[in-house]
Formats: sequence, structure tokens, C-alpha cells
Amino acid sequence: MSKEITFTFNGNRMTARVEDHWTLLHFIREELGYTGTKEGCGSGECGACTVIVDGAAVNSCLYLTVELDGRSLMTIEGLAAADGSLHPLQKAFVEHGGIQCGFCSPGMILSAKALLDENPAASDEDIRTAIAGNLCRCTGYIQIIDSIKSVRGEAPEGPRVVAWRDEER
Amino acid sequence: MRNFTYLVPRSLNEAISMHESRRGRAKYIAGGTDVLVKMKEGKLAPDGLISLRHIIGQDRPFLNTETGELYIGAFMTHRSIERSPLVQHRYPVLHDAVKNIGSVQIRNVATIGGNLVNAVPSADGAIPLIALDGKAHIYGAKGYRLIDLARFFLGPGQCDLQGAEILTEIIIPPLSPRTGGAYVKHGRREAMELPMLGVGVLLSLEADLTTCAKARVCLGVAAPTPFRAREAEAYLTGRPVTEETLSEAGRIAAGESRVRDSIRGVAWYRREMVGVLVKRMGMLALERAKKRNE
Ligand SMILES: Cc1cc2nc3c(=O)[nH]c(=O)nc-3n(C[C@H](O)[C@H](O)[C@H](O)COP(=O)(O)OP(=O)(O)OC[C@H]3O[C@@H](n4cnc5c(N)ncnc54)[C@H](O)[C@@H]3O)c2cc1C
Ligand code: FES
Ligand code: FES
Repeated sequence: MSKEITFTFNGNRMTARVEDHWTLLHFIREELGYTGTKEGCGSGECGACTVIVDGAAVNSCLYLTVELDGRSLMTIEGLAAADGSLHPLQKAFVEHGGIQCGFCSPGMILSAKALLDENPAASDEDIRTAIAGNLCRCTGYIQIIDSIKSVRGEAPEGPRVVAWRDEER
Repeated sequence: MRNFTYLVPRSLNEAISMHESRRGRAKYIAGGTDVLVKMKEGKLAPDGLISLRHIIGQDRPFLNTETGELYIGAFMTHRSIERSPLVQHRYPVLHDAVKNIGSVQIRNVATIGGNLVNAVPSADGAIPLIALDGKAHIYGAKGYRLIDLARFFLGPGQCDLQGAEILTEIIIPPLSPRTGGAYVKHGRREAMELPMLGVGVLLSLEADLTTCAKARVCLGVAAPTPFRAREAEAYLTGRPVTEETLSEAGRIAAGESRVRDSIRGVAWYRREMVGVLVKRMGMLALERAKKRNE
């Protein structure tokens, strides 16, 4: 079976006919032809296939493409500016040695992006947690963590959201 | 992966009739982190997947302030439970567990219902929910039924769901006053690993903040299903909660365990660790119970 889905791909609206059994990883690499998203294990263990769907980092190898309908997808290709200049996270990975062979980098960078978009003042522990599902066989992680630390912003001004108080009442 | 039809019901009734009309050839899918892995490995090859993701349901933990009951929708992701300040502040035993399931990527899609229905002995979500005396709310063609989560697990990979039944919600009864709890999964690393052991302890104290009014000691991977170490619980009840009594409770719980040798750890080590971790989680639960009283 196939279905028609409409979604946003790196900021652009798209409609596509997709097979029910396609993983998002297959769709991105084989159908759309964007190969920045990598396949390592194919089973949720390594994080090489990490992409961002509606702001959340997910393993595209375990995500069905049909579920993308109505959502927004970001892959590593969506990070650099239109003129080709790198995103601050990409620059930081280059400058701090967070990239060696580069296989884990798209996933690592997107995990970091999802974290920092949500919490620009992420703690060291937050950073470690965010990339716990991304394996790197080259760098030993320290340079990756340094790269991410170098771009995290200062705590935003004003009080943090305290919406939970409502819930607890 | 083999081709299949992906069905998207919008209601429980629609999901159930889709499931029934396919007579066992279709499977429910929530986050898919278990189903899709099995399908990729060729262990499962359903003709259809029936998504539970688009059924309107409880989308965040909700505390009924009149009854004190907490409702957790089965289709909620681990991430949304982890992020709930309500869970963080009032139900730390559950927070301890969900925040270490898989990775952020897994938690963003994997659901608590899928974790329970999988019914693996190591299901991290199950132990704290049993410790909290959770009840499973199940919907099927004959309507709703409610059963204690402690009775929901029948064997490795087997739970008390029949045919097209859907787990819809977990209901946690009101917490006793002065209650604290803690959970730890023990393995070589915190992230991304099926635990060698999972240990959850929940303690409610009397007004003297010392005597144990109620105890729950729940273990994962220590038997074919997640289970309550009832003798250890009975031992603690009515006694002062101290390092000594918790050590003894740990010893009793280790005796109740039916641990086996496996690639993740040998039996004698696991049994030792049950003792150590019951005590450690008990001390943390005690501290948290006192703090909640402040
Ligand atoms: C890399 C990786 C790491 C993991 N780490 C952990 C871990 O640390 N701890 C842990 O406990 N688990 C872990 N898991 C296992 C799994 O991700 C979790 O158990 C998860 O919660 C399953 O939820 P799901 O929504 O993805 O389930 P699905 O795969 O969608 O479904 C699982 C099963 O339950 C059925 N089902 C789902 N929801 C319902 C429902 N509401 N009613 C009836 N039937 C239903 C499905 O038909 C299927 O048989 C890990 C998995 C992976 C791939
Ligand atoms: S390829 Fe998806 S997690 Fe390894
Ligand atoms: S840079 Fe090679 S795997 Fe990380």
C-alpha cells in the first residue's frame, strides 16, 4: 500500500507518495536522495540516522515515513545557510575536533541541535544525556561535548516556565 | 522490511474492529521501537500495522485533585512522562525509570503502553508502576476492564491482553502521605542498555517519619516477569526504616528472586545486587519521603 503525505522538509513544503513500509531513513536516502543521514545499526542503537521531526530527535531507521504526514522534518542538509555558510554547531564541531571520520556527525549534530533549540542553556549533564544514543567510534566524545558546550547560550533572561504548577493544583 | 498496510484508526472502537476483521494478521503499533525492530529482524511479519498514535487519549499525566488518582495515557511517550513536572515532583520512582529508557531518540517515540505490553522481564516502565500500585485500564470489544498491574504480567513477553484488547491507561491510586520512592536500573552503563536488574522501592512513613507504614519492593529481571518481593515488603511494614532493616529487606528480596545466569550477568551476582540495591533505593526512598513531608 502507498499513501500521499504532506510535510515540511528542511523548511520546504513537500507532498510525496510513499509506501507504508518505508522507514524514514530509506525515504530520505533512497527516495529523496539526501545521504547526510547515515545508517549504522538499523535498530535504534547507534544514532547515526538521527533526524529532527517536529523539534524532537528521532531514529529515522525506526520511524515510518507515513507518520511524517503533517509534520516537519529536518536533516543535516537543512542546517547550513542558503549561501553555504555553516551552522554554529557545525562550525564548532570542525573547530573543536568533534569530527573525525564524520559518520556519526550528522546524528550527533542534530541531537545537539534538538537539545539546544529547546534548552539553549543546557548543562553538561543535559548534553551528555542528549547524545547518549549517538555512538562515535573515533573521537572519544570529549571533543564532541566540548563542541556543543562552545555554542550553548547563556541562560535566557527572566523566569523559566513554571506551567507545572497548574498541573499539580 | 516486508510490505504491509499501515492503518490509522481515530478511535479505540475503530482500532478494535480493524484488528478483529484481520483475525490475528495485524498488529498494533505505538512508538514502534519494539515492533519495527522485530519486523526488521524477521521475527514478526504482520500483514497490517494498526497505529495507536492517532487515537485521542490522555496526552500528559493528569492528577485528579478530587480523588488523588494519577492518570497516565498508554500512548504517552517516555519523554512526555519524563518531562512532566508532576511526575518529577510527586512520582520520582517513575521519573527515575523513564528518564533512563533507551536514548532521547527512543524516548521521543516509545510509549509506556508499548513498554508494558511487551512484558519483558526488564521493562523499566513496569517496576515503578507496580510499586505505585498502578492499575491497567484495558478496552476491548466487550468494554472496559481494570486489573492490577502486578497481575498483568504472565510470563516473558506475555501479558494479560486478549485478542484485540488495547491498554488505554494506567491509573495510580492516591499516594499515602509521607511517601517516597526510587528506582535504579543496574547495568554496565545507564543509557541504551537492557538492565541486568531493575529495582524500585516505595516507602510510606508513619507520622514519626521513621516507622514504615507501607512498603513496595519491586524487581525487574529477577524473575520471568516484573514482580513484588512481598516477603521483604511484609518484613519492613511496621518496622523502623533504617540501614539495618533495609539490609535485611534486601536479603529477603534476594531470596525471593528467581534470577538466572544470562549474558548480562550471572545469577549469584544478580542476587547479591538485589540486596545491595534494595537497601540503596530504600535509603533514597526514605530521604525523599522525609523531604516530601517538609
Ligand atoms: C535502542 C533501544 C533501546 C531500548 N531501551 C530500553 C530500555 O532501556 N528499557 C526498556 O524497558 N525498554 C527499552 N527498549 C524497548 C522498547 O523501546 C520499549 O519497551 C518501548 O517502551 C516500547 O514502546 P513502543 O511504543 O515503541 O512499542 P511498540 O513497538 O509500538 O509496541 C510494542 C508491543 O506492544 C503492543 N502495543 C503497544 N501499545 C499497545 C497498547 N496500548 N495496547 C495494546 N498493545 C499495544 C504492540 O502491538 C507490540 O506488540 C529499547 C528499545 C530500543 C530499540
Ligand atoms: S541506524 Fe538508526 S540508530 Fe543506528
Ligand atoms: S567521528 Fe567517526 S564515528 Fe564519530
